[in-house]
Amino acid sequence: MQQEVVLALLAKEPSHGYQLRARLQQALGPLGDAMNAGQIYVTLARLEKSGLVTAEHSAGLPDRPDRKMYALTAAGQQRVAGWLTEVSWPRPDLAEFHLKLVAAAAARLADPIAIVDAQRRELLRRLRDAQRAAMAEPDRSDAGLLLEGIVLRLQADLTWLEACERNWTSRKGTS
Amino acid sequence: MRAELDQPEGHIVSETETIMSDTGRSSMLRARGLRKEYGKEAGLVRAVDAVDLDVAPGETVAVMGPSGCGKSTLLHLLGGLDRPSAGELHLAGQRIDQMGEKALARLRRDAIGFVFQAFHLMDELTAVENVELPALLAGNSTRAARRRAAGLLERVGLADRARFLPSALSGGQRQRVAIARALANEPLVVLADEPTGNLDSEATLEVLRLFESLHEAGQTLVIVTHDSRIAATADRLISMRDGALVDETRLAGGTTGHLSSLAGLDA
Repeated sequence: MQQEVVLALLAKEPSHGYQLRARLQQALGPLGDAMNAGQIYVTLARLEKSGLVTAEHSAGLPDRPDRKMYALTAAGQQRVAGWLTEVSWPRPDLAEFHLKLVAAAAARLADPIAIVDAQRRELLRRLRDAQRAAMAEPDRSDAGLLLEGIVLRLQADLTWLEACERNWTSRKGTS
Repeated sequence: MRAELDQPEGHIVSETETIMSDTGRSSMLRARGLRKEYGKEAGLVRAVDAVDLDVAPGETVAVMGPSGCGKSTLLHLLGGLDRPSAGELHLAGQRIDQMGEKALARLRRDAIGFVFQAFHLMDELTAVENVELPALLAGNSTRAARRRAAGLLERVGLADRARFLPSALSGGQRQRVAIARALANEPLVVLADEPTGNLDSEATLEVLRLFESLHEAGQTLVIVTHDSRIAATADRLISMRDGALVDETRLAGGTTGHLSSLAGLDA
């Protein structure tokens, strides 16, 4: 789990570990199910060590990570503010697939169209999963919005595969 | 050909039974060597080229392919809107490619629901009037047709729009009315030709949800589409190129593990 994500979950108010987990579940919906429950506490321990959060044992509660009260330090607050204004975006790895097609065609190792077909099958299966998960979410849920993002990215990839297919089909015709 | 057309019905039924027992299960739609040709000699175009296809009852099949690959022509053949140049077509065990015009028209009205890209609603009729039309044409009483139409509009979530003209509805709502109309005579199969081709992404989602609910209710569906979102709802995806079926994929479910990594949630 990325440290800044856990820090940002704490920005609202000092919270117990289990509350942070609940916030994360709420935001991720079914996508959060695959996450390891202990991960957030590992991250919290690291953050505490580097002085970005404080962890206090609440009186009357068992001394367990999920019952501790966590709060941002001034340095932690600064880190969150910096992270919110940072512009980052995951880079899609299109070049590898593209070069696979180029190499397959050049060496006559495989039919690029068959490679495109196989890729499309895989993406359509994922699209089906993402779409079903999205439709199962109530309107305007946080997790639904995340799933919509996955659906739209997969659609973009599938549109590109169509372009790959057109391109390689016409090359085959002229060569 | 002529002689076969004039065979008594009993013969056709027994022939169908033989075909069905060949595979041990019945198809809702079955095409064998289906062909559609235009022009002749040098100008001959095979829009649909020797297509074999089985659609099981309750199955949703999507047909995808580049523009001009013949997928709409195939759908028109399957729905009896167009006659094949060669091959056989069976609907629920009944051979339909050699039916007379009148019988075919009746079959289209009673057994097949069509959904088109451009909706094809009657502009001067309200939503509920559009939906009840097929039931009226099939000889149902005005009251029965109206009751059924009201129920169908309810099912597509448009009960409160029953008295609206199509021009007062959004694109997604119009297509939902068109889908309700397609269901008016409880068709054996619904055939949809680019049902979301004219819709924005929100309206596409409305139609998507509706197709999902039809699928859950056991409706047999064949959808020709460019839209990967619609295709992804199908049980089976068929790719078409140059008039022929070239690839078939069963879209079985995967895991949310995949989805988590797509969202950037790698552990």
